[in-house]
This record gives sequence, structure tokens and C-alpha cells, in this order.
Amino acid sequence: MSDVITDSGDSFTRTAGRQLALLALFGVLAFIVLAMLLGWLSKLTTGGGSLSEAVDPLTGTITLSMASEPPQLDSTRATDQVSGFVLGHVMESLLRRGPGTTLLPGVAERWEVNEKGATFWLRADARWSDGKPVTAHDFVFAWRKIVEPANASEYAFFVYPVKNGEAINRGEMPIEALGVRAVDDRTLAVDFERPTPYFEKLVVYATYGPVRRDFYESCNGRYGADADTMLYNGPFRISKWVHGAQLRFEKNPYYWDSDRIMLNVIDMPYVTNDANAVLNLYKDGKIATAPLSAETLNDALEHRWKINRFADGSVFYTEFNHRPGRLTTNVNLRRALSLVSDPGELVYKVMKVPGNLPGVSLFPAWLPGVHGLFRQEYPPEPVHVDVAEAHRYLELAKQELGIDTMPPLILLTGDDPLSSSQAEYFQNVFKRTLDLDVKIDKQIFKQRLAKMTAGEFDMVAAGWGPDYDDPLTFGDLFSSWNKNNRGMYSNPELDRYVRIAQSSLDPKARMDAFGAIQKIIQEDVVIIPSYERGLVYVRNPRLNGIVRRVVGADPDYTNAYIEGSR
Amino acid sequence: MLRYSIRRLLQGIITVWFIATATFVAMHSVPGDPLIQNKAVTAQIRKNLEIKYGLDKPIAQQYLIYVGNMLKGDFGISFTQQNRSVNDIIAKHFPVSATLGILAIVFAAIGGILWGALTALYRNRLPDVVIMFLVILGISVPSFVFAALGQLGLVHLNAIAGRTLLPVAGWGTVSHMIVPSIVLGLGTMAFLTRLMRSSMLEIVNADYIRTAKAKGLPITRIFLKHELRNAILPVITVLGPAIAAITTGGFVVELVFAIPGLGRYFVQAVQQLDYTVIMGTTVFYGAFLVLMVIIVDLLYGLVDPRVRLE
Repeated sequence: MSDVITDSGDSFTRTAGRQLALLALFGVLAFIVLAMLLGWLSKLTTGGGSLSEAVDPLTGTITLSMASEPPQLDSTRATDQVSGFVLGHVMESLLRRGPGTTLLPGVAERWEVNEKGATFWLRADARWSDGKPVTAHDFVFAWRKIVEPANASEYAFFVYPVKNGEAINRGEMPIEALGVRAVDDRTLAVDFERPTPYFEKLVVYATYGPVRRDFYESCNGRYGADADTMLYNGPFRISKWVHGAQLRFEKNPYYWDSDRIMLNVIDMPYVTNDANAVLNLYKDGKIATAPLSAETLNDALEHRWKINRFADGSVFYTEFNHRPGRLTTNVNLRRALSLVSDPGELVYKVMKVPGNLPGVSLFPAWLPGVHGLFRQEYPPEPVHVDVAEAHRYLELAKQELGIDTMPPLILLTGDDPLSSSQAEYFQNVFKRTLDLDVKIDKQIFKQRLAKMTAGEFDMVAAGWGPDYDDPLTFGDLFSSWNKNNRGMYSNPELDRYVRIAQSSLDPKARMDAFGAIQKIIQEDVVIIPSYERGLVYVRNPRLNGIVRRVVGADPDYTNAYIEGSR
Repeated sequence: MLRYSIRRLLQGIITVWFIATATFVAMHSVPGDPLIQNKAVTAQIRKNLEIKYGLDKPIAQQYLIYVGNMLKGDFGISFTQQNRSVNDIIAKHFPVSATLGILAIVFAAIGGILWGALTALYRNRLPDVVIMFLVILGISVPSFVFAALGQLGLVHLNAIAGRTLLPVAGWGTVSHMIVPSIVLGLGTMAFLTRLMRSSMLEIVNADYIRTAKAKGLPITRIFLKHELRNAILPVITVLGPAIAAITTGGFVVELVFAIPGLGRYFVQAVQQLDYTVIMGTTVFYGAFLVLMVIIVDLLYGLVDPRVRLE
């Protein structure tokens, strides 16, 4: 009996198995047919994908990937780095950046700056991508838009140095009161609110770029939203923009200096910030550059690729809460904490991110001084670790605060792995050397910012990227009126030096002021510097002439070229 | 049947409204808002922004304005992508996620049903053991590992072949779709395999199968018409939520393969507290899920004569 069942079981299994195999074949075919159908359908809506190579000397094309989609290409409102990168290639302001920190003529062929204001004479052959000339009226319209309250531009403060800019933004005056006017089509006259010696450096930003009124108004609020709702006056124009998927620059034939531009097309058909995905694209020969993270660095070293490093200009530090009632208002406590912190150990042993340098001062190493580098002309106090001295300061702090043991301090930090490792380092060091407890308060981005603004922290891991290449972008951070001074540090002497730096026309006096500010910040331990960020990346060896910038469009491909194509 | 459908749809609308309200409350209870940035703005600029985006009004009024607009089909403008309406974002990016999702679910369903039937057929023999081991891996290994491995595999494949057989990332042609959808479907396929297997095993020992065999019905007929068809029912039930889960859960795959799908926008919106996009995509996904469940329930009623819908 059992034999019979087993027997029929086997033949059943065999037949059924054959049926299954047949079904599987149908299944695979159905899947492929479905894929092709969907592929054809998607072509109708989103446009073809790219299978191009990283560097093509025949067509003068390079292919890159983007970390994220530019949120805003309206120059009167754009604030983020990605938009800055795009605008830096497709638009041009009165001035443009030359090698290093030099400024070269852009739309303006010559200019004059004095205490009261500035005048710019525009070149005759500056044109928009529809052939019409770029005029002084385009700048007047754009600058007025920036301070117009209804436009709600986050970078409105950039135009506050222009007369009445701030008052207009507060709604106290009409936009026509802005201190800029078109004397004629090719002459732009600017009146200052107060002496602004660094105005040249401001004017080179995409924010100060031109916008043509008739085109802007014809877009019905969609200016800057798509490739065809923008006009371009820069070296490139956007020929294709598929949101979230692809951005493509093509050489702008109407650009006045188009002979200088050596690339024909910059294609960015990949949008992802996953470091491994980007490196895979680079390995596959699909993109010409790739940033490296700690994990992918080893991969790059194994391939023996040339690793490039670039200090991106930003500084990271631990900020203290100086509001009344907080223990961290006691300078001796801050001194004790700073004397046991070792940024070198943090950067090289704990974070191990390639390219970062240990922090020394609020002012990073790249800042220009009077003639050379600021930190060479005004050297900060070197970092030194001294546990015994730290103990002495801690005892002093306890006496002054009238307590026997320190309660736990709250360290507010972000939720990414880098911030976490940083926070854990400080927690470990403070416990180990000073027997101080630290509670780590991990918050995601927006919540961390909200808590910072509300002052719900003792220490917070913070950072600052430069808005312009002058020490003032870091120097005014802790002035008592600065909204970014979330720890509410208030020091009249520091405020006085900031005002000198803001208004003095003498470069030496300004740099002396910054030197004094640096000294105050170090002596009063307003912050504990952690690191100065550096990026490492690989680059296709045939692509040269890329300029990396701390401020402005970065990376800058306007002068890049492919070897073998010239 | 019609009455049942209408009743379910009405219930669905109420469910979606519930989802929208709960999300609105949760979103506004979290500290922070879409306007707060690392670089603080002056009080004046902040005020201008609040007025522009309507955040200066009291919460209750904001809610009513929002629901009113929603009924008109207007989900507002994104806070982070300042020139795109939420409708535009969903309309442009959902089809991409849907395409990826459909391919993934078809792959998972075909694969799950066939592998499950195979393991039930060869129960406790070598194919069963091997496949069940792979199924455990498929269920426990997270999708980003599969995604990273899949992409790495493509790089090596292209390197060996000397030219690009399949693109490593990107979107737009058939060759861009194959590997990401397979990677996305793997986890669900493993799950469906297990489901199909246990379902088949129940049926294989059922009385009516023995009767069919005793009656001398042809083997293919027993296998296809009786065993397979009945075993598929639990899988169909699960397909509804599975489709929604795959379509919404494609975020990691979209990131690794640089696919412009809706999942990425959704996750970014939550990180940036982009109120309008969060509300728009949550309501959209909620409606989508509710619809899928209703369709599957109706389908089930059609397929299984034992089930009567009232």
C-alpha cells in the first residue's frame, strides 16, 4: 500500500515539477515583456536615460552626478550650495571670480568704490540667452526684488549695505527707495547705507545677479522653476532639467567671453548623495569626479587613484550656552573643559574622516589677512591639553558656583554618525579626566535648530560655513545682535571690535580688530574649536582646470578642459 | 457587490481624512518648522517668510485652510523646492516609483508563487532546504545591503564585459529598470515564498486532493487547477498591502540607484519638516494604500466563491 503511494508521489512530483518549470519560463518572459512595456511608457513621460561616458573629448562633454536637486534657481531667493553651484555656471554678476581670491570684470567692464557708494560701467556685449542685452535696469530690478518683503528672501540681508535696504525689507519704505539706480542702460550707481569697503566681494555673489523684469513677470511666479522659465547670461545655459533626475548645461553662445569656455556640455544625469553609489558610477566610468567618504577612501587607495583634497572653508566647534542660570556661564568651567579637549585626537583617532584638520580657532586657516593669510599674521594661541590645570579651574568653578559636585551637562548634537562619534568623544574625555557627566541630547536637524534657538542646551555641536571670503563672516558670529549667536554670548568689547571691522575702511585696522576678536574668543573660551572640514575626492585624470572654491560656485568648471581636445 | 464597494470607498475616505489629521497634528507637535535653518535669519526676514507661507496664522485656522485646499485638490507649494507645487512633485515622481514598484511586485509575486510551489512539491528534499535558507536570508537582510551588493555586482559585470551591459545607476530605459526592481522585490519575494509554501502544504494534504487523485484526474490538472489555484489565495490577500509597501519603501533603492522616485522626496520632506510635501505625500500614500486594500478585498470576493461580500 505504502509503496503504491510513494510511487505515484514521485511521478506526481516529476510531472508537477515539469509544469512548474514551464510556468517559470512564462513568468520570466512575462516579466521581461512588462519591463519593456513600462520602459516604453516611461520614455513618453520622463525622457531617455543617459548612458554617456564620463569624459568625451570629441564632443567636449563631461558627465557628473549631483548630490541633490537645486531647490531654487531664482537668484533673488537662492541660498543653498547646490543652487549656488548652478547659478555660478549659468549666470554672471557685475564681477566674477578670478584665480585665488582676485576679482575680474564680469558684466561690468570697470567699476569704482568709495565711502559713499559705487559705480559700475557695464560692457556693451553682455547679452541674455535670448540675444537681448544685459542692462543696468536688470540689476536694479533684481536688487529691489531681494529686499521686497513679499518676496521673503532669506538672503535679503546681503543687500542691507545698500541704502534703505533694511528699511525696505521691514516694510517701512517702498522698493523704489533702494539706493541703486540705472543712470543709463550701461551705468549702475549704488549708494551705501554706511561705508562698505568689502562691497566688491559681495557684488560677485549670485544673489546680486541680474534678472530681467519683462521675462520675470511673464513667468507668473514660476521664474527659476524650470529650464525654460529662466534667462541665462553666464558661460553656460540649462538645456535640460528633469527634476530630481537630470540637469544639463550647454555652452551659452551669447556669453560675451564664450571663447574662453572650453567645455561644450556638462551633463548631470544622476542625483544621489549615497557615497557608494557615486563611487560605483565613477568606477564604471560614468562620471568624472566622485567625493570620498571614510569607507570609500580605502577603495580609492586600493585602486591607486590620485586623491585630491580641498578645505571647504567651514569650521566646527562646541558652543556654550551663556544664558543666565546656566553653569556654562562660568568661564573657569569652560576653561577646564577646553583644557582636556584634544582636537587632534578627535579628528585623527575618533572621527577619522579624510581631509579634516584639527580645530584651532574660530577663524579657519584659509582666511585672507592684510597681505597674506590671516592666521599667519595673527597667530592664535596653540591648543594645549593640561589635565592638572583643568582640575584647578574646575575646583575654582565649583567654588564660584557654590556647588560640591557638578550636575550632568547637556550636550546637544545631531543624529548623523559623525556628530554622534564627536559627542561620545567629549562624553568620554570629560568623564575620564574630570569625572564630569555629560548627557547627549541627540536630535534630528530641525529639532536641533529649534532647541538651539530656544536655548535648551549647555553645549551644542555647531558649525559655520563662510558666506563670503572675509574674516567678518566668522568675526561677527558672537556679536550680541547676531541671531546665529544661539548661545547668547554677550561681550561689549567684542561688539565694539565687530563694529570697527564692519565700518572701517583701513584694512590693517579691520584685521587688527579680527585679531582682537580671536583673542577674546580664545581667552574667554566662547567655543571649543573641533575641526576644519576638508573634502577628498577623485577626478578623472583627463579632466583638468577645475577650480575649488570656499565661497561661490564650487566646484567651478567654467575654466575646465579635457586633455586631448585642444 | 456595488453597495459593498461604495460602503468601502466611503469608509476609505474617512480613513484618509483621519490619516491627514493625525499627520497634521504630529507634524506641528514636533519642535522646529520648515523655515528654521542653520543660518538664522533676522526677525524681519523670518516674519516675511511666515506671512508668505501662512505660518503666522493660528494652528486651527491653518488646519481648516489646509483641509479646504485639499478638498479642492490643491496641496500647496513645497517649502524646500520653492517653485514646485506638491501636486507637481507627486505627478512627476510617483509614476517612477510606481513603475519600479509594479515591476518589483510582479517579480516578487511570480517568484514567490513558483518558488513556494517548488518547495512544497519537494518538501524536505534538497530544493526545499536550499530555497528556505535563501528565504530566511531574503527576509532578514535589509534592502540597502541588497541594493549595494547589486550595484557592486553590476560594476564588476561591466568591468568583466569591457563595456556597459547594464547601467550602474540612473533611470530612463529598460536596462535601468531591471536590477533595481529585482533588488526591491527580493524581500517580498522571500516572504511570499514562505507564505505560498505553507499554503500549498495545507492543501496538498487536503481531502479533496486525495479524492481527485483517487478519481484518476490527470496530474497537471490536479496541480494547476486545484493545488496551485487554491494556494494562491493567501498570497493575493497579502499583495494589496505589499504593493503599497514596496511602492513607498523604495526609498533606499531609489537613493542607491539614483532613481527620481517619490520615496526620496518623502523622506527628505520629513527631515526638512517640509509641511506641505509631508501632508501631500502622506495623504496620497494613505489613499493609495486604502484603495489597494479595497481592490484586493473585492478581487478576493471574485476569486474565492466561499467568500461573500456584504
